[in-house]
Amino acid sequence: MVKFKNIASLVIVSTYLFTTQGLAASAGVELESADIDPSNIHSLQRGAANFMNYCSGCHSAKYVRYETIGKDLDLSEKMLVDNLMFNAERTFETIQASMPSDDAAQWYGTTPPDLSLMARAKGADYIFNFLKGFYVEAESPTGVNNIVLPGTSMPHVLWELQGYQSAHIENHENDDGSVTTTFEGFEQMTPGMMDSEDYDKFVRDTVNFLAYIAEPIRGFRVMLGKWVIMYLIFFLIIARMLKKQIWKDVK
Amino acid sequence: MAKIEVEVGKSKGGFMKWIDDRFPFTETMRYHVTEYYASKNFNFWYVFGVLAFVVLFIQLFTGIFLTMNYKPSAAEAFSSVEYIMRDVEWGWLIRYMHSTGSSFFFVVVYLHMFRAMLYGSYKKPRELIWIIGMLIFIVLMAEAFAGYLLPWGQMSYWGAQVIISLFGSIPWVGDALVEIIRGDYSISDITLNRFFALHVIALPLALIGLIFVHIVALHEVGSNNPDGIEIKSNKGADGVPLDGVAFHPYHTSKDLVAIIIFLIIFFSVVFFAPDMGGYFLEHANFEPANLTATPEHIAPVWYFTPFYAILRAVPDKLGGFILFGLSVVIPLFLPWLDRARVKSIRYRGWIYKSALSIFVVTFLVLGWLGTMPADPLYVLAARVFSVIYFAFFILMPYYTTIDKTKPVPDRVVYHG
Amino acid sequence: MTEDDLDPNRRHFLAVATAVTGIVGVTAVAVPFISSLKPSARAQALGAPVEVPIGSLGPGEMIRVLWRGKLVFVLRRTEEMLSRLAANIENLRDPDSAEVEQQPDYAVNDTRSVRPEYLIVEGSCTHLGCAPLEDFDVRPAENWGGGFFCPCHGSKFDLAGRVFKGVPAPTNLRVPPHRFVRDDLILIGQDSGAA
Repeated sequence: MVKFKNIASLVIVSTYLFTTQGLAASAGVELESADIDPSNIHSLQRGAANFMNYCSGCHSAKYVRYETIGKDLDLSEKMLVDNLMFNAERTFETIQASMPSDDAAQWYGTTPPDLSLMARAKGADYIFNFLKGFYVEAESPTGVNNIVLPGTSMPHVLWELQGYQSAHIENHENDDGSVTTTFEGFEQMTPGMMDSEDYDKFVRDTVNFLAYIAEPIRGFRVMLGKWVIMYLIFFLIIARMLKKQIWKDVK
Repeated sequence: MAKIEVEVGKSKGGFMKWIDDRFPFTETMRYHVTEYYASKNFNFWYVFGVLAFVVLFIQLFTGIFLTMNYKPSAAEAFSSVEYIMRDVEWGWLIRYMHSTGSSFFFVVVYLHMFRAMLYGSYKKPRELIWIIGMLIFIVLMAEAFAGYLLPWGQMSYWGAQVIISLFGSIPWVGDALVEIIRGDYSISDITLNRFFALHVIALPLALIGLIFVHIVALHEVGSNNPDGIEIKSNKGADGVPLDGVAFHPYHTSKDLVAIIIFLIIFFSVVFFAPDMGGYFLEHANFEPANLTATPEHIAPVWYFTPFYAILRAVPDKLGGFILFGLSVVIPLFLPWLDRARVKSIRYRGWIYKSALSIFVVTFLVLGWLGTMPADPLYVLAARVFSVIYFAFFILMPYYTTIDKTKPVPDRVVYHG
Repeated sequence: MTEDDLDPNRRHFLAVATAVTGIVGVTAVAVPFISSLKPSARAQALGAPVEVPIGSLGPGEMIRVLWRGKLVFVLRRTEEMLSRLAANIENLRDPDSAEVEQQPDYAVNDTRSVRPEYLIVEGSCTHLGCAPLEDFDVRPAENWGGGFFCPCHGSKFDLAGRVFKGVPAPTNLRVPPHRFVRDDLILIGQDSGAA
């Protein structure tokens, strides 16, 4: 009775809501799926190390406390101190960038953004493709450009791992004289320490970690939700029986 | 309203007598709850009033706890929200309940208003209930708009920038008005602070006052029902409407079931999909407001999009603003635009049924168009559907008069 | 409509079952909201134990530090000051530190400290919370052997933070949890475990 119509409304409403307003199309290029597994603790641990080693030089994650990472990723205080805490002393501290932000702004033209929420703002797929999307461009001040964020001030930090690639960018002239630019693919110019599969894994772990720090409570929230819904369904059954009993004398 | 005698409804002894001698407690409980009779054939559409009340309570309660930790300054607002999400124990749950609640408030209110359109609940003698309800709707829109600035994200800032600057299109007073709203030469910390005051105190007080009056007005004339029959026309020997059942325990027990189903849906969103694909918590709002960089795609929150689409459909800034305002306000006139002799859609002809169906589709399509970028094809579509939207109201006196209605029974249709 | 269709017992049972289930739910919902009132992770971080280097603290000198927003005195007592501690016992309200709340176990002794030399007490008068002033001069005429004096209402404490009789303050100055990390470093706010 009431139940089905409510569910039907929800289905209609949610189908309506889940149309194109996603993140994938925003970059202008097709984004390959990052395929991250938030429940894979080992991937997250590797990602945490990757982040501290390669990203925290310039990027802060100022809303994230080391002790939270330790608790969620099953790392002891000693492991945190030895492997992740480079410029922090106490585990309750938050992840600060090593580079002073004023200097960064001067050297790169812009302050490297804080990464605490980047995965929620741009999406895991965006970041995954971004980190794989650097290509050589001689005219650029950093020597590279990025297919996901053209004109980015960020250098190819992971060049040692990925090596350098070039991008096939075609310009098609249309009938009306305007030019359409399409990206056709990458070609490896110089190899890095990792082959393509290992590099993908590296980036995936890092993106997995970024997705985790964007919302550390996510795993707990989903787990608790199941219990809440089960309780409510139980409550519903009892309440429905009561309603039926009370309404029995209504003709 | 029947004259309530002084002694009727008062307790005879004990603690309750002490109370009743000093306060109309038992009398109020009888008049408004245990002896308030509403039709026995309430259906699914009648649930949204009490659900709106539930959402109001959720918003007020979670809002209080958020206010304990939120900082209403441009420097700290964004960080304080993340503080709530990460450092405050269970802060994330309180925040998600509040953000989900704000979207659900509009889902429930739109469906609640639609019920009135289905069953003619705005028609005599319930015009005032409808007018107060429309005022509640407008205050709610203002409340949601003010609240959305508070996280001070990219969408908060730029969305407010766009909407507030619209007021600048009003001739003569426009620019002064915009400056008065902002309290500064552009949206700033000052604007944020005053929107905080509006969102936390001024508008909630207005909302609560209006809702109280809305219910008093309802109880004065009694609830409508899906058949549009006035149940007070058929009373038994004891003065109780034959088709009525007491609010408590009948409607309370029935509403409890509806409330629980609602909470299942509500908490499913809170726990499993609080972002709702970027519609309830927009992606751009996870970036702090950057006064020098506008996001690629500014759109208001989903519940404003139908009206926003109408605004954008008009090529002139002032014209768009006027039509936007009109589109929100025009439903106010429904009690007088609707000339049908019957209340409920059950007894109306195919003309009204078609018109209402087209209106629903139009409203949904306009909503979808409001989320799209302003490409020529979408703007054209928005123009077409805006015309249909207004036509629904403007042509109503005509088509409701010629619409062939069916005879309305004396007693409500109830199948148990 | 049969008798057991309208069974009042069944209805009563269901009403009670519904009410109980509802109350369980309401209580469960209350938990997160009340918990949110507890000190947050940031409050706990800001309230974390404070390291106090005492390497350069000379005999008879005192430093003031803040721990959890509260003033804490770290006084390095001289031999002479320590010798005066026993003198005023009859004038003290709680010479044996019997009030359990006012100090951890390791401060229940004649010097109210882990190491006799260093007195660590909260600089908050136990009357109404004013910050007591140092008064280390010895004035035999007034029978004053040195200690702390609270300017607000005249409470007096000796060099071990013990309260005198006949003053408004009811108890000795509180000794916060603390430990010696090294000879020249104290950690205030924590008595055991790693830093």
